[in-house]
Amino acid sequence: MNKIALLAIGGGLLAQPAIADEIFFEASGKLSTEVTMYASEGAFSQQDYRSNLSVALTPEFFWEWNDGQDSVTFQPFLRKDQRDAQRTHADIRELSWVHLSDNWELRSGYRKVFWGVTEFQNLVDVINQKDSVEGLDSSNKLGQPMINLSLVKDWGIIDFYVLPGFREQTYSSADGRLRAGLTVHDSLTSYESSRKEDHIDLAARWSHSIDVYDIGAHWFKGTDRSAQYQVVTLNGSPVLKAHYQQIEQVGVDIQATIDSWLYKGEVIYQDNDSENFWAAQLGAEYTLYGIQESNTDLGILLEYGYDQRGTDASANMQNDIGFGARLAFNDTQSSSVLAGVIHDLDYHGTSFSIEAERRFGDNWKATLEGKAFSSGSSNDPASIFDKDDYIKLTLDRYF
Amino acid sequence: MKMNTLVTSIIAGSLLLSASTVFAQTAEEQGLAISQESITRDNGWVDMLASMNMVLRNKQGQESIREIRMKTLEVEGDGDKSLSIFDKPRDVKGTAFLSFSHNVGADDQWLYLPALKRVKRIASRNKSGPFMGSEFSFEDLASFEIEKYNYKFIEEQACDIGTCFVVEQYPNDKNSGYTKRIVWIDKAEYRMLKTEFYDRKGSLLKTLTSHDFNQYNGKFWRPSLMKMVNHQSKKSTDLMWSNYKFGNGLSESDFNKNTLKRAR
Repeated sequence: MNKIALLAIGGGLLAQPAIADEIFFEASGKLSTEVTMYASEGAFSQQDYRSNLSVALTPEFFWEWNDGQDSVTFQPFLRKDQRDAQRTHADIRELSWVHLSDNWELRSGYRKVFWGVTEFQNLVDVINQKDSVEGLDSSNKLGQPMINLSLVKDWGIIDFYVLPGFREQTYSSADGRLRAGLTVHDSLTSYESSRKEDHIDLAARWSHSIDVYDIGAHWFKGTDRSAQYQVVTLNGSPVLKAHYQQIEQVGVDIQATIDSWLYKGEVIYQDNDSENFWAAQLGAEYTLYGIQESNTDLGILLEYGYDQRGTDASANMQNDIGFGARLAFNDTQSSSVLAGVIHDLDYHGTSFSIEAERRFGDNWKATLEGKAFSSGSSNDPASIFDKDDYIKLTLDRYF
Repeated sequence: MKMNTLVTSIIAGSLLLSASTVFAQTAEEQGLAISQESITRDNGWVDMLASMNMVLRNKQGQESIREIRMKTLEVEGDGDKSLSIFDKPRDVKGTAFLSFSHNVGADDQWLYLPALKRVKRIASRNKSGPFMGSEFSFEDLASFEIEKYNYKFIEEQACDIGTCFVVEQYPNDKNSGYTKRIVWIDKAEYRMLKTEFYDRKGSLLKTLTSHDFNQYNGKFWRPSLMKMVNHQSKKSTDLMWSNYKFGNGLSESDFNKNTLKRAR
């Protein structure tokens, strides 16, 4: 995989010798320090602590030449965690070469891709693997090796992906919080495909904006990013083994932007060896601008997530309602508060979250995040988090 | 004979009548004509690159910096297309904003969030909200289109550079934060030198003054400095324009979600 990315980049560098025009270079990045305080010690062994300290560094290096038609971006990610050796990790978020032409661009290497329109979960966002040790937020993703050809047409943008090389999901060690009772051992990971993590996945997506509608449709064939878990015995103790099956999936995402309303929907249909199913995430968002004659905007959002597999679904929102409120103060410090509640209609469990952020000076940002979990019953999969209510303060320094 | 005289007198009469209406334009027609001329004189710039640096000052005089680069494409018969790229503050570096403005109806706007690699279509209804915490609202920075206002000529007045037309402009958009703007347009070159903004209650909210005009490509006048003062909050924003460049060969294909995602 590394080889393909490097070959692509190397090829690009060779094909485009910097003749007359100079290479533009830029370095930037972010250093994040986070302190997490838990309401109580964890439910499982080795979780007998209530605070954790962690530091992450995300530098970004960017080169551009050939009058902006070629560029290379390198964004490594490094985290050091006080407690969890698995959370102490490094990743290549991006190492890619992009070549532009008039109506197409070719993007090769490790990259991150986002598809979708909804807020609580994105069923159609299938390209990258989750970097789960980073937190419950699915926006933390591992870099995915790819060759992506993007064509701009009158009838929309069409993207083709060849994805050589699969990334396994990351998991906490026994010392980590916000994990299942048993830990996942990646030495046991199995695959449906005989090529295992070397299976070449394929995907295509069409997206277009027509009047007030933004529409996307995709097809994906390859290794499922979500694993199936099985309890096995390793050295006499029970552990979890991840199994990745082959899937074929189609899906659509639509947003209608009408006055102060955003109507959003994502629907997928998946076919795999054991079953076929469909799932949907539907919702709306309404924004009140300049409430109480101030500059503050209040956004209200409501979403419903459904999965035909019901309680067997690997999705977090298989029959769940999500309600959120977003306050944007539109002040100099870009202060904002986002609060959300997700209620599970099958298990009657509820989770609460709040996130407040504010810039300090020109180069600092502080984020305060809180989450609380209240499971409906002991067979609720979310009950593993019952002792993990936390608040987390993150301080970001940008450079 | 008789018939001919009648026809002649009717024609002569109607000519006289139309001549007098041109002469005795109503204040509304004059206001419209002056505003239209300011647009006509600026037509044909095709595309433009520019950098805008903002200095935001609060009541205590504390400063905060914004750095943005803009690409704009003139669209015949409709509002402009623009792509704005944020460089500072650093936490929003790489954020980009794509806007297709329309003469009539809501604008189409998308925001690119680089940390998530996500393009979000956003509601454009928020005309009166502040742009990046500054004293400029989104509508203050939007392209000036004739259909957006009703007009009334007030008077001619001496101003910094010679004589100015004073014209009142009343927004048609119910989402506008203003009931009225009063603009001072110089008689020689039809540049907007000063604008007073009146809030929804009719009180004076802000004053914008434009300074250090330069002429580009022998036609297009652009200010180097725009000062916006909020009389109610006592905050102010200085907007410094630089690196104006016209005729860059931009086209519609420079303004789509792909160019938004790689804007930097």
